[in-house]
Amino acid sequence: MSQTTIYDSAQLIPHALQELKEAVRYRHLLYQLVRRDILTRYKRSYLGVAWTMLNPLGMMLILSFVFSNIFGATRGYPAFILSGLIVWNFFSQSTTGAINSLVWGGGLLQRIYVPRASFGLSAVGSGVINLALAFVPLVIVMVATGTPLKITAVFAPISLLLFACFTLGLGLAISTLAVYFPDVVEMYQVILLAWMYLTPIIYPETVIPVKYQLLLHLNPMYYLVKLWRLPLYDGRWPTWGEFWPAAAIAIGMLLVGWFFFTSKSDEFAYRI
Amino acid sequence: MVEAQMTQSEHAIHLEDVSVRYRVPSERIGTFKEYLIRWLKRQVQMRKFWALKGITMDVGRGEIFGIVGDNGAGKSTLLKVIARVLRPTKGRVVVSGNVAPLLELGAGFHPELTGQENIFLNGALLGFSRREMLDKFDQIVDFSELGEFINAPIRTYSSGMYARLGFSVATASNPDVLLIDEILGVGDETFQKKCEARISDYCRRGTSILLVSHNMATIEAICQRAAWLDHGEMKLMGEPGAVVDAYRHKER
Repeated sequence: MSQTTIYDSAQLIPHALQELKEAVRYRHLLYQLVRRDILTRYKRSYLGVAWTMLNPLGMMLILSFVFSNIFGATRGYPAFILSGLIVWNFFSQSTTGAINSLVWGGGLLQRIYVPRASFGLSAVGSGVINLALAFVPLVIVMVATGTPLKITAVFAPISLLLFACFTLGLGLAISTLAVYFPDVVEMYQVILLAWMYLTPIIYPETVIPVKYQLLLHLNPMYYLVKLWRLPLYDGRWPTWGEFWPAAAIAIGMLLVGWFFFTSKSDEFAYRI
Repeated sequence: MVEAQMTQSEHAIHLEDVSVRYRVPSERIGTFKEYLIRWLKRQVQMRKFWALKGITMDVGRGEIFGIVGDNGAGKSTLLKVIARVLRPTKGRVVVSGNVAPLLELGAGFHPELTGQENIFLNGALLGFSRREMLDKFDQIVDFSELGEFINAPIRTYSSGMYARLGFSVATASNPDVLLIDEILGVGDETFQKKCEARISDYCRRGTSILLVSHNMATIEAICQRAAWLDHGEMKLMGEPGAVVDAYRHKER
């Protein structure tokens, strides 16, 4: 803001581009919002940030205990669950966070100007930090269950980047809907639960009967979770055929979400 | 194009036939199902009302401009349009330079964070970069008179301390445009004097001020020009004494 910035409401820049420009200009805000999320989340708990690691560990223990009889034959089943769970948690927490910060924190939008996409972006940013922390128990569990990390793990950040694109796109799209229909917030929670059980997170995809395979391939999350697990749990490089559907889905969702969000975002202050 | 550049250099704020329309649903429609049914029946009824109607005005550099009017006359909407919170339904708004909105002091403060952490968060919300905040930090703490409390969570602050910190951050950097909704009741009398001193100091350095107030004496005393808004329309614009007089007469 050192040079004279000029705001002209009649400027004819496409909204999608304008928002991108502003989000870059306010990048320091992004950092501050992520920092606030991380700092305040566990402010009053004794174990603090450790909960980010303990939470998926606890889930993993329960799930592997309950389902070990059914899916126990899966090699390193706890590591299998945990690798899927942490990325699913990233997805569900980030999208929910994007919706909540826009709908409930939207009072801010009526008072001062900030790029509206900052809230969605920061929710995904916080999610990435939490996921990075949850990586610590994952490595420990993998070593303990005899499925140690291989060199292929260096591919995981690429998988995560695509996952984050999809998450941001969907988070922006749903938060736009939630501004107009508050019921969407509740509806989305139910959808998330169903979605998790329809995606091979806690069970291997091999248990799905052949006649339902088509259904599995219609689920965008299937490709993304697979691309995440391959370099980590399976320890092999993804093939091109495994890579491109996930990449196309992620980038497609991001574009759809971004354009939908920015086409409506000028109305938010009138609606929230 | 040449004309546009002229306006930018001469005026800090330039409004051209600005109108804002709110669409208020006559009843609240909260669910998809309901919306869908009504949409099919073409019954989504919106009560439309114009909060601002064809406002044209300019505020020069270093000018103090007052706005008077009844509640609901569109004064706050006008400030929001200039602060970029609302995009005008019609017309054009041009603001050159950075805007410090003193509409809501401490907007976005988080109660669990310390004063110091909140300074950086609030500064970022106002669009300052990290370096600018590092440069201004000491001065902000000084001005807020919070002393040791700067390291305590903000939930432990009194409302006066809260407002003082908010004012200090919002005005830390020399803004080109200052938007003030109602004169600030910040802290005790000494601190208010300090706020006023800072504002008039900025004014001398070329900051333009848009001031909304119900206090006619203030408007007459400090503004160079004033405008009277009534039901979203510009009733009168000109010399503050005349505007205040006209507004008072209407009331009677």
